[in-house]
Amino acid sequence: MTIFTRRALMQGSTAAITAGALTGPALLDWAKAWAQTAPWKPEKGAALSLLRWKYFVQSEDDAFVKLIDAFTQATGVKVTISRESYEDVQPKASVAANTGAGQDMFWGLYSLPHLFPQKCLDVTDVADYLGKKYGGWVPSAQAYGMSGKKWIAIPVCYSGNMINYRLEASAKAGFSKFPTTTDAFLEYAKAMKKNNTPGGFALGHASGDGNAWVYWCLWAHGGNVVDKNDKVIINSPETEKALTYAKALYENMAPGVAAWNDASNNKAFLGGEINWTDNGISIYVAAKNDPSKNAIAKDMDHAVWPVGPIGKPTELHLLYPILAMTYTKYPQACKALMAFMLEADQFNKWLVASQGYLTHCLNAYDKNPIWTADPKNTIFGEAGKRTLTAGGLGSVGEKAAAAISDFVVLDMFAAFCTGREDAKGAIKIAERQLQRIYR
Amino acid sequence: MAQQSSEMTDLAINSIKPAPREATAWTRLRMNKNWISFWFMLPAAAFLILFLAYPLGLGVWMSFTDARIGRPGEFIGIENYEWLWDDSVFWLSVFNTILYTTVASAIKFAVGLYLALLLNENLPFKALLRAVVLIPFIVPTVLSAIAFWWIYDPQFSIVSWSLRHLGLINGNIDFLGDIWNARWSVIFANIWRGVPFVAITLLAGLQTVSPSLYEAATIDGATRWQIFRHITYPLLTPIIAVVMTFSVLFTFTDFQLIWVLTRGGPVNATQLMATLSYQRAILSGHLGEGAAISTAMIPFLLGAILISWFGLQRRKWQQGESND
Repeated sequence: MTIFTRRALMQGSTAAITAGALTGPALLDWAKAWAQTAPWKPEKGAALSLLRWKYFVQSEDDAFVKLIDAFTQATGVKVTISRESYEDVQPKASVAANTGAGQDMFWGLYSLPHLFPQKCLDVTDVADYLGKKYGGWVPSAQAYGMSGKKWIAIPVCYSGNMINYRLEASAKAGFSKFPTTTDAFLEYAKAMKKNNTPGGFALGHASGDGNAWVYWCLWAHGGNVVDKNDKVIINSPETEKALTYAKALYENMAPGVAAWNDASNNKAFLGGEINWTDNGISIYVAAKNDPSKNAIAKDMDHAVWPVGPIGKPTELHLLYPILAMTYTKYPQACKALMAFMLEADQFNKWLVASQGYLTHCLNAYDKNPIWTADPKNTIFGEAGKRTLTAGGLGSVGEKAAAAISDFVVLDMFAAFCTGREDAKGAIKIAERQLQRIYR
Repeated sequence: MAQQSSEMTDLAINSIKPAPREATAWTRLRMNKNWISFWFMLPAAAFLILFLAYPLGLGVWMSFTDARIGRPGEFIGIENYEWLWDDSVFWLSVFNTILYTTVASAIKFAVGLYLALLLNENLPFKALLRAVVLIPFIVPTVLSAIAFWWIYDPQFSIVSWSLRHLGLINGNIDFLGDIWNARWSVIFANIWRGVPFVAITLLAGLQTVSPSLYEAATIDGATRWQIFRHITYPLLTPIIAVVMTFSVLFTFTDFQLIWVLTRGGPVNATQLMATLSYQRAILSGHLGEGAAISTAMIPFLLGAILISWFGLQRRKWQQGESND
């Protein structure tokens, strides 16, 4: 058995980033060696409980479980994993924060830690360690992870939310490439609807897919929720332009989008009922893995969001931060786990296993082979670099977190598109709610 | 001889028995009915106070603060209520709740009463039928809500599919995406769930009506409608008061069905006060505001209870029409 010195460890990890192929017993040895040299020694008798969102891609979850097992074997810390549906992680975490009891660590969405920053463990040391070792954090991840001068959560990964579209139907509508500007995209939607092959974006309370498209639409037309001083500026002609555009799109969507949640567009796309939508890579992965849906996998591709009048990309991708609560009895064990998750030997394998569903926040992982293995995966690798944050121009904090969890912007778009309110009315309601949140 | 003398001794002892002592305060207390009942009642009272009164009080208190998830708030008076007064979404939820409750309760009462009258007849497999009728009420709400969610799916609804294959409609029905369709859909789901409760309770009430009354009426030549109008209905009134009070209370505070089916959408068209309160308090983190919305439900609920309370006090309701 090779003796692992620190030098060997450093060499091994560099090699692992490029090769990404430590498996089985070698992984275990590496993990044990890591445990010995890592700056965070878990407390004696530590046992952790972790709540994560329910997987969209099974292989991602399997790899996650293996990762946790390796951690347990390396450090002796038992970790109990519970899974909740996507949109239920936040209420569970909120209640735990409020009552001071619950799981030790939460792996949730967007700006979850900012809903209760004082209850989150300070993980600046972990963030600095990982940033130094792996080429630095992408700026948006830093904005999500930091509250003031300290880090309250570690951004584990993004889930890229890109356009998914069917190739044949698009070609028949006259588009061999997916449109790159908002005007062309509207023409595309009209043509697809004319051919009876419409698409759709969610207008129900879909925290991932719904928020992604409404924020894109708002920002693309120059509208903003707040300015850089957190002053509410949603009441503007740009917002009205965004609303008008969204309504034009809505009229060319499949019926029923106002009732869609995050899973509805997956179901509809895989059932052949819609031909374009926004989603992570989960539709493609599901189609690839199901023999009866292989035709869809072959006939679909992904595209980046069209650019609006503002002239540059304005995308919102979903961040999954992990936080530890201050009430945990084993803070060192929590930090050790966070660092372990993002170390190359674990993270590279996990990225590959998730088949592109997870996107890294640390620059060194640009080189992970999953991004080049299948050309349809490549744009997902850029999600971390392309995204803006949930705060828009303003801060990513408690207020941005509240605004996005209360679906203020989404409801504004839904109200106007379904004809419930006129533009001024919809904007006024949103403005009022935002003013209360941001006061 | 010995016996005689012992009897005499007993008599003597008995005749010089000391006068009974004054009962001490403690003994009297121990025997006091109120004291004993207090202690018997204490466990139940503790339970109620801990799990009902305390949360209620805490909720009302929180509605006067700006509490957020993760940190306690400061007292801000009626500011939450003032803000809600101008909030169109809040008033929409009040409208939705009242609409949902009145329509669903009215239909549940009508259908439930009709079902009870049917089940009161001497049918074959009576017991089995009554058990079957109860199933929608027993199945956990979330499960039936998920089943309805599939039935109402915009793309994959069985109803749409069947109607399309029968050639009656062309496209899929947008059950939950259109504002009024969504409202009627959730009301229908609630009615389906709630009818058995009303039906079985009313059936129990019907069973207490003495058959001799029906016989007498039939002999007098009353029609079925007259029998119902003048005998069945008046005797049933107290039961109706009770069951409808419960039905209204449960419907008004309904959460599970709406949350699973629509989450309050589309665009807050099915947002009830309970679901809005949850969304504002837990999802968005504004505990104070959510508590204010929940507290705002109390006047309506009290109104419903008071109607029933005062109604039940009237003897006409208790003992039939001509006793007032």
